[in-house]
This record gives sequence, C-alpha cells and structure tokens, in this order.
Amino acid sequence: MARAATTADAFNAVAEPRRRQILDVLSGGERPVNDLVRLVGLAQPLVSKHLRVLREVGLVGVRDEGRQRMYSVNGQPLKPIHDWVKTYERSWSRRFDRLDVVLEELKEVKEDDDGEDE
Amino acid sequence: MAKTSSGTALVTLPTDTQILITREFDAPRHLVYKAYTTPELIKRWWSGDRGEVTKADVDLRVGGKWRYVMTANGGFEVGFHGEYREVVPNDRLVTTEVYEGMPEGEAVVTHTFSEKDGHTTLTILMQLQSQADRDAVINSGMEGGMQEAMDHLEQVAVSLR
Repeated sequence: MARAATTADAFNAVAEPRRRQILDVLSGGERPVNDLVRLVGLAQPLVSKHLRVLREVGLVGVRDEGRQRMYSVNGQPLKPIHDWVKTYERSWSRRFDRLDVVLEELKEVKEDDDGEDE
Repeated sequence: MAKTSSGTALVTLPTDTQILITREFDAPRHLVYKAYTTPELIKRWWSGDRGEVTKADVDLRVGGKWRYVMTANGGFEVGFHGEYREVVPNDRLVTTEVYEGMPEGEAVVTHTFSEKDGHTTLTILMQLQSQADRDAVINSGMEGGMQEAMDHLEQVAVSLR
C-alpha cells in the first residue's frame, strides 16, 4: 500500500498525538466537543482544528443532536494503516515460524539428554 | 514432529518512533534465548523466507558487536549490525541495530524473554530516532512481505520432520 503524498490521508491524520487521543476518547462512544475539550485538555479552537482534519479523512463523523454536535469515530480509513503494519507483522511471523522449528528441535535434544541422565 | 506454530507475531506502534513486536513460543525461555543468540541457530531462522543467512557474528557481551547478513531471494545482500548494550542471559538483551542499507537510522532494540508454564513470551521493542526512520523500517518489512508470496516455509518445516 503506497503512502499517499497528500496531507489529507489517515496516516497524516493519526501522526499527531492529540488527534490519536481524540480518536481514543471517541472510541468509547460519541461525544460533544465540550467533552473532548475537557478530556483531551486542549482549548476548543485547537480541538476543533484537529476534528476538522479527522473529519476530512473520514475518521470522525458528526451529527446534530438538538443544539449539540455529536462526534463519533469511524475506523474504516484506518485500514490502510492496519494493512501497512500487517505486512511487516507477516514477515516477522515467518521469521518466528522458523524459530519455532529450531526450538522444537532444541526441546527434543533436551529431552534426549534428560533420558540419558536417568 | 508436532505442528509447531504458536501463533503469529503481533506488531503494534506504541509511539511515533517505536515498534513493538510480541510473540509467544511453546518452549522455555532458555531455549528461546539460545536460539536467539547462537550463530548456527540464528542462521536457520533469522531470514524467515526472504533469503539465506550467510553470516551471523555474535560477540555476546556488553560492548560486543553483532552482525547478520543474508542473501535475499533476489540475490542482493542485506546486512544488519550493532552492539550489545545489556546482556542478561535468558532474560533481557538490549542492542543497537543498524540496517546497512540506511546506516544513519540506528535503532535501540530491547528484547525481553518471560516464561510462564513452559511458554515464553518474547517482546522486541524497537526505538527509532524519528518517525521517518520508524516508517522506513515498516516499509522494508513490506518489501519482504511481497517476496514472501511464495511460501518457502512449509517446505522447510516439512523437510525437517
């Protein structure tokens, strides 16, 4: 998966620690902006700026509920990131699968030794 | 021989400059540590199915150097080297790690081996110097992932039975 050069992708959106923090808060359920201001500990204009970036890449959705705007998380745009890490994970898994084979032989050697000791 | 797979590696990104790899093994930790630090054993697993390990130099003491080289399936050489910073046998290894293709990006890698009920959990925490370095490391794994389209592993595992 090529990483898009544009700034408007999920990789860029979650590169900012505060934006990840906002996503973490929203993953517990939808929240109005005031809750986010309180829980993340940033001034409202900054929270709103981060929310705008997250909305642009589709990571955050919003709906009106009475006078409040409720923000919620949408995980789908994270899939390219997940896939990106997954491939790296796969190459380590292959490496460790081989290590398993080595360990299995070491265990057999150990068991043979134990047998001779008896 | 029994099916040996104890599950896949779990990779997470705890911060912008870290990679955390976790894997459980169906073996006591002194054996995992042995397979991890003995040159002739490293040669058998370190390349995964991306190539063949041609060099595994291990000077296992604080300040000692290590260097692994593999010939990748495409024919080119891939080298890594570093230095041991902490060596606590069967428990903890802290090393520096440099991918020789990107020598400016040195990582500090902390390995911990913890055992429970005869199973060992190995955690590998890679601390990179920047997010760009971290991302480059992940990308290098992706390249390998593509090379792994053909799964040599099963063949090797079967031949060892």
